[in-house]
Amino acid sequence: MTTFRLNGRDVTVDVPGDTPLLWVIRDEVGLTGTKFGCGIGMCGACTVHIGGRATRSCVTPVSAAEGADITTIEGIDPEGNHPVQQAWREIQVPQCGYCQSGQIMQAISLLRDYPSPTDEEIDAVMAGSLCRCMTYVRIREAIKKAAANARGDASNG
Amino acid sequence: MIKRIAAAIVGIGVAGGVGFLAYAWYPAIAPVAPPPPSSFTAAQIERGRVLAAGGYCAECHTRTDGVRGVELAGDYKMDTPFGAIFSSNITPDPETGIGRWSEAAFHRAMRKGISRDGTQLFPAFPFDHFTHMTDQDIADVYAFLMTRQPVHSVKRDNTVGFPFNIRLEQAGWKLLFLHEGPLRNDPAHDAEWNRGAYLAEGLSHCSACHTPRNLMGAEKSSAPYDGAPVDNWIAPPLNEHNPTPVVWTEDEYFKYLRFGSAPLHGSAAGPMSPVVHGGLSEMPESDVHAIAHYLADIDHAATRVSQDPKAIAWAMQASMKDLVGPQVNPNVKLYAGACAACHANAGPQPVEGRPDLALNNALWLDEPTNLFQVILRGIGTTEGISTVSMPSFYHSFSDADLARLAAYLRATRTTLPPWTDLEKKAAEVRKTLPAPPVASSH
Repeated sequence: MTTFRLNGRDVTVDVPGDTPLLWVIRDEVGLTGTKFGCGIGMCGACTVHIGGRATRSCVTPVSAAEGADITTIEGIDPEGNHPVQQAWREIQVPQCGYCQSGQIMQAISLLRDYPSPTDEEIDAVMAGSLCRCMTYVRIREAIKKAAANARGDASNG
Repeated sequence: MIKRIAAAIVGIGVAGGVGFLAYAWYPAIAPVAPPPPSSFTAAQIERGRVLAAGGYCAECHTRTDGVRGVELAGDYKMDTPFGAIFSSNITPDPETGIGRWSEAAFHRAMRKGISRDGTQLFPAFPFDHFTHMTDQDIADVYAFLMTRQPVHSVKRDNTVGFPFNIRLEQAGWKLLFLHEGPLRNDPAHDAEWNRGAYLAEGLSHCSACHTPRNLMGAEKSSAPYDGAPVDNWIAPPLNEHNPTPVVWTEDEYFKYLRFGSAPLHGSAAGPMSPVVHGGLSEMPESDVHAIAHYLADIDHAATRVSQDPKAIAWAMQASMKDLVGPQVNPNVKLYAGACAACHANAGPQPVEGRPDLALNNALWLDEPTNLFQVILRGIGTTEGISTVSMPSFYHSFSDADLARLAAYLRATRTTLPPWTDLEKKAAEVRKTLPAPPVASSH
């Protein structure tokens, strides 16, 4: 038995401890916004937040998440209006869209660490989040847009 | 961690002579009826509970291989250079545990390493540290243990071969290596230092893992806290030989021992996880501060700390190396794809929660063991900082991948000479894991 919080509610699952967290989120809990990409933590599609930090769920055993506070793309804003999601729409980032939940989760984490990220910081942190449609230029722009919006929000009270 | 104490089993050859036998021989202490719980006060039991946590009793007295045993019921398997030793049942079961041990018998075991029936105990049981505890603390631990639920559990037989299985030899070992009795207060230091010394040298027996052992399995008095291998990890040096670029200051030690992570050194993983989260977490904060205070004195942090800003500046520059611009080097791609999202740092110092590898213990040690352990196993919520996890890259990387990743990081994120035989060492560490930490996803 493993217990953790997922998007603010308590979840207990009865699966072997070595089950990837991604399988638990998608198949046991039924939240399918988080995607399976490479299965070896090298593409970023499965990124969720564990304790507020972007984490590849496909290679995280569920036992390693015991007691953790986990957030998936479904949990960042009830209306889908997280500042990063808004920026994503404004810039029209996705093409096929498969990687975007992972990209958004990684971007939120990035902005928490670097609220006004430089191109270098974006590249370094986002390099592990692959996009086969090559929307990287728009991803970078959206991250900067979200950062700018957040700064604007803060200064406008 | 503590398995390594196990290395401490040896005796010296039988020295012979009546004098030795007289020295070595101890009488049995008569069995008693198990004392009823009412013979201890609640306050004493509670003090004992905290002390037992800080001495990691359950860590070595609970079976972990195969079926998980009941806590404190013994049968923990310690692999030692002399064979496997299985720990005793220290629940108060009258037949298979210590239920018929009087307080005097328990006291003698802690102080001198002698079992109730008079046999010599192997120093896999760190009585060479517990001997430094106060009478009151030993009595409190006794009160705690004797009020646990008795568990009937017989341990497996040791596989220590001849001649090391002759327990009488342990008397010779003690003659050489046991400095019996409570630790004396050192008037040259303040109360916090002395409290830290009492805990680190006695109850919490830090050097049992962090000091290398000699051929007889005793801690080398010539190399205190020089670091040593333990349970397929490296227990790093705790003295000035620790190679990390930033000094282990009292503050770093405290954060590490209290919260599982030192921002400028890394996380408590592997055998240190239960030390932090199962042991010291039960101790009062002031005691953890005292240990940190004492350890920072051992590594002479105060005289070395002035170099830290320079070291941090260098590390922060190294942290972003190769991550900017087009990536053509396959080693960089491996690092950028798997690690940099969490570990790359920009700015004047690492962001909290982004452990920087250019400062990390694992990268600066003489061997890549700990780095491979962490990459292969990941770090769960029972280790390191308890709210976050690091994934397991067991299925992501071949041994060859691990080798080139380690070589790349060592070359670009430290100033130390390259590691050797990396692929072989990666395979060796992988082999020590009982099972893949995470199921293969495809």
